[in-house]
Amino acid sequence: MTIRVGESATAPSFQKAALPLLGDSQLRKNLRHATEVIQRRRAVVAGELPDWQALRDAAAAVKQKTLRHLDRYLVQFEAACTVAGGQVHWARDAEEANRIVLELVRQQNAGEVLKIKTMTADETGLNQALEQAGIRPYETDLAELIVQLGNDRPSHIVVPALHRNRSQVREIFRERMQLPDLGDSPQDLTDAARQYLREKFLRVKTAIGGANFLIAETGGVCIVESEGNGRMCLTLPETLILMAGVDKVIPRFQDLEVFLQLLSRSATGERMNPYNSIWTGVYAGDGPRNFHVVLVDNGRTGILADEEARQTLECIRCGACLNACPVYRQTGGHAYGSTYGGPIGAILTPQLQNMEHAQSLPYASSLCGACYEVCPVKINIPEVLIHLRGRVVREQQSAMKPEALGMKAIAAVFRSRRRLEAAHRLAQAGQAPLVRKGWIHWLPGELGAWTAARDLRAIPKQSFREWWKETHRDAE
Amino acid sequence: MALRRLRMQPLRISLFITCYNDLLFPETGRSVVRLLERLGHRVEFPLEQTCCGQMHYNSGYQTEAMPLMRRFVDVFRGADVVCSPSSSCVAMIRDHYPKMAASTGEPRLIEAVEALLPRVFELTELLVKKLGLEDVGACYPHRVTYHASCHSLRSLHLDDLPLRLLRKVRGIDLVELSNVDRCCGFGGTFAVKNGDVSAAMLAEKMLDVEKTGAEVCTAVDNSCLMHIHGGLHRRRTGIRTVHLAEILASTEAETAQ
Amino acid sequence: MTQSEAREAILARIRNAVTRSSDDCEREVVAGYQRVGSRMPEERLALFVERLREYDAQVVTVEAAGVAKALGELLRPDAEHAVPWVAADGFPADWLAECPAVLPETEAGVDELNRCAGVVTTCTLGIAVTGTLVLQHGAGEGRRRTTLLPDRHLSVIHASQVVETVPEAFARLAQSATRPLTFISGPSATADIEMTRIRGVHGPRQLTVILAEDWIRLFPATRHS
Repeated sequence: MTIRVGESATAPSFQKAALPLLGDSQLRKNLRHATEVIQRRRAVVAGELPDWQALRDAAAAVKQKTLRHLDRYLVQFEAACTVAGGQVHWARDAEEANRIVLELVRQQNAGEVLKIKTMTADETGLNQALEQAGIRPYETDLAELIVQLGNDRPSHIVVPALHRNRSQVREIFRERMQLPDLGDSPQDLTDAARQYLREKFLRVKTAIGGANFLIAETGGVCIVESEGNGRMCLTLPETLILMAGVDKVIPRFQDLEVFLQLLSRSATGERMNPYNSIWTGVYAGDGPRNFHVVLVDNGRTGILADEEARQTLECIRCGACLNACPVYRQTGGHAYGSTYGGPIGAILTPQLQNMEHAQSLPYASSLCGACYEVCPVKINIPEVLIHLRGRVVREQQSAMKPEALGMKAIAAVFRSRRRLEAAHRLAQAGQAPLVRKGWIHWLPGELGAWTAARDLRAIPKQSFREWWKETHRDAE
Repeated sequence: MALRRLRMQPLRISLFITCYNDLLFPETGRSVVRLLERLGHRVEFPLEQTCCGQMHYNSGYQTEAMPLMRRFVDVFRGADVVCSPSSSCVAMIRDHYPKMAASTGEPRLIEAVEALLPRVFELTELLVKKLGLEDVGACYPHRVTYHASCHSLRSLHLDDLPLRLLRKVRGIDLVELSNVDRCCGFGGTFAVKNGDVSAAMLAEKMLDVEKTGAEVCTAVDNSCLMHIHGGLHRRRTGIRTVHLAEILASTEAETAQ
Repeated sequence: MTQSEAREAILARIRNAVTRSSDDCEREVVAGYQRVGSRMPEERLALFVERLREYDAQVVTVEAAGVAKALGELLRPDAEHAVPWVAADGFPADWLAECPAVLPETEAGVDELNRCAGVVTTCTLGIAVTGTLVLQHGAGEGRRRTTLLPDRHLSVIHASQVVETVPEAFARLAQSATRPLTFISGPSATADIEMTRIRGVHGPRQLTVILAEDWIRLFPATRHS
C-alpha cells in the first residue's frame, strides 16, 4: 500500500521547516491579517446563532454515528448513486486512486482536465500523476490557480494563497497570463482570472474535483463553494470525476441542515457561502453524462480503529482551527509539510501514515485548546495530540531514547519524597556557575532552547517545603 | 467582611503547591498560605506530595505519569479541600485523572479519583466559588495587567474569577491586556522543543504587555509567567511578573514598609 | 477484479476497526438545535431583504400584481443595447408582458448565455437568515448552467416562498432531495487576495431579486404586543 499525504513523507520536521518561515515578515503579516479577519467574522456569525452549541453537538453526534457504521453508509451511498446513473469506485491508497482517475480520464481521450479544489487529490499527488501521463490539469479555484501558476504550494485549507499579497499575485498573473498591463487591485486580478478561466470552462470536457459531503440516503453529493468554478465544472463538462475520502459520507439529506449552518460560518465567517450545489447521479439534458465518484481510503480506515483518535475523521475541513491556532499564526501551513496544516494537520497527517512519518507534528502545539473551542464538530484536538505523542514515545523508542531517559529519571525523582528533596538540593547548589545577578542566561544542551530567547530566574535558596518545615513545624 | 469571616466555618485546606512552584516559586506558596491563614483557615501541607504528572502525560509519557497520579490520590485522600495555585495542574487532574484511572480498571482507584476531584480547587475557584469572596483584604498599589492562561480559560473555564478578585484589590491600577486570551507560547516542553515558534509567540505577548504600560503582569499560572518574565527580563523592560496569589496576599501593612 | 477487491478490502477494514451494537444505527441523533424559526412574517421578509442586500444583491419589493411592471423596468435599459435577456424555460409568460423581447432558454446555447444581458428565473424558496435563494431547476428556474453563465441573474420570489431558517428550508426540500439543487447566497465571491471580498469570479456578478408580497396580502399582518 502506498499511502500518501502530499509531500509529508519527505518533508523536514516542523521545527526545521518553521525557522525560515518565522523570518518571512511578509508571510507573517499576511497570516496575521487573514487569520484575524476570518476569526473576527467567525465569532460574529457564530455568536448570532443561539443554538450554535446545539448544532455542534448534533454535528459531532452525526459524525460519530456515521463512523461507527461507515461500511453501511458507504454501501448505501454506492447503491443510491449507481441507481441514479453515477459510477462509484473504491481506492485503497493514493496510487490506486490516481490510477483509477487516470484511467477514467484516458477513457475520454482527454489531454486536459479542469480541476476543482480538492485536498484529497493533493493528498494523493494527482496532478503529478496526470502530468506524468501527459495530461494537463487546470486549477480553477482562484487561490489554487495562483498557487499553480506560481509553482507554489497551498498554505491554508480554505484560503490556500493567503501567503501571497496583491503585488505578488499580479506578478504571477502578468507573467503566466501574458497581461503586461495588469493592475494590482483585487478586482483587476479577479477579472483577469475570470477571463482566463472562462475560455477553459467552455472548452475542456473533463473535470475532476472533490466533494464536501456524500449523502448515503440519496446517493447525492454536496459541493460548497464561493467562486462558481465548482458549478462550472459540474454542469458544463461531459465527464465529472470526484475524489472523496470515505470520511465525507453523512447519513441523510436532512443532516445537511446542520453542516451547512456550521461550515461557512466556521470557514469564512459568512452565514452562507455563495454557492452550494447538491445533485444525485446524472440528469438528462443538464450536466455531465458521465459521473464518477472515487471513494478514497488512503489511511482513513487505520484511524478508525483507534477509538481515542477516531474523532480526527469527523473533520469537515472548515479551517477554523488554523485561524484560531497561535502556532499556525506564526508559521503558516508550509511548516507542516503536508496537504493538511494547522491543528487538524498535526493530527491527521501522521495518523494517515500510521505514525511512520510526520512524527514532529503532534509536538507542533502548545496545547492551548483554541482549536477545540472553534471546531464545529467538537474534535478535541489537544486530547488527540497528547494521545499521538504517547504513540510516538511508545513506537519510536530508539529515536526518543535520550529524552525518554531524562523523563524516566525525573519521574523516578517524583516518585519519592526523599529523592525529590535531594534533587532540590542538587539543583540549588548545582546552578551556581550559571547564575549572574539572580538570573541564568545560558543553559546547556536541549534546554538551551529556553535561554536562546529567555532568561531564567535562579532557583531560590529556600524551596517552599523548606520554608514550610521551618515555619509550620508544630502543624505536622 | 469581618461578619462574613465569622459566619464562614474555618476550613482545613491542603495545599498542593505543584512541583515547579515548590522549587522555583516558593514565594507563591508562601503567599497562598499567608492569604488563606489571614482569611481564617487552616492550611496543611502534606510533605509526601511531588507532582501531578502533567509534564509527563502531555509529552507522551503517559506510562510514567500513572504512578504520579496514584501518588497524588494517595497523598490527598484524606483532605477536606485541596487548593493549588496552578490552573494547568488542576486541569490535568480534572481533565485526565478520571480517564487514567478508568484505564487501569481498578474500581478502588476509580472511586478514589471520583471522590477526590470535587474537592480539588484552583486558588481563585476556592476563593470565589467555595468561600464566596471577591474582596480578600488585599492592597497592591501598582499598575497591573492580567494574562489569561490557556488552562484557566479553556479547561477550567475560570472566566472572570481572577479579574473579579483583582478589581477588589485596594490601590491597584488594573489595565486590560490586548489579545488577553492568546497563548503566550509556553506550552510545557513546547517552549524547548519548538523554541523558535515559542519565542515568536512570546514576542507578540510581550508587545501586548508593554503596550499596557504596566509594571506588573499577573496570571494564575507561574508556568506562563516564568516564560513571560524570562522574555521581559531579557529585553530589559523592567516589567516583572507576579503570581495572582502574591497580589492577593499583599496588604497595606506590607506595602507601607 | 481489482475493484471488488478494493471494495471488499476497505469494507473489511472498517468492520474490523469498529465495535458497535446492532441497534445503534436505528437510533436517530437527538437534535437540540432550532428547527423552526421564531420571527413574524414581516420580520422574516425584512431580514431576507436585509441579508440579500448585505451580499450586494439588488432587491425590489412589489405587490404580487406588480411583478410584470417591475420586470419591465429592470429589463428595458438593455433593450437599447440590443442585448437580450434570456428567460428560463417555463417562466410565466404574463410576467414578461411588459418586457422587451427575451430569448427563450430553449434557444440559448452556451454562446448566447455568455453574451446575453442576463437571465430571469423563478425559484423554489428563499432562506431569510442567510439571504439564500434555492433553485431546484424545474419549470421557470432554468437548467443549472443557465443561471451560471450570464453576468446577471434576476429571480422572482413570492413572500410565501420565504422561510426563516436553514432547517425549515430542508424540510420543504425533502421531496426534492434527489433533484439538482443550487443554493445561491449573493453573487459569487472570493476573498483569496488579501481577504478583500471581490464579487463575481465566475457566475453572475449581479443578482437581482424581485420580492412579490403575496403572503402579507392573504394573511393580514399580526403584531405582537
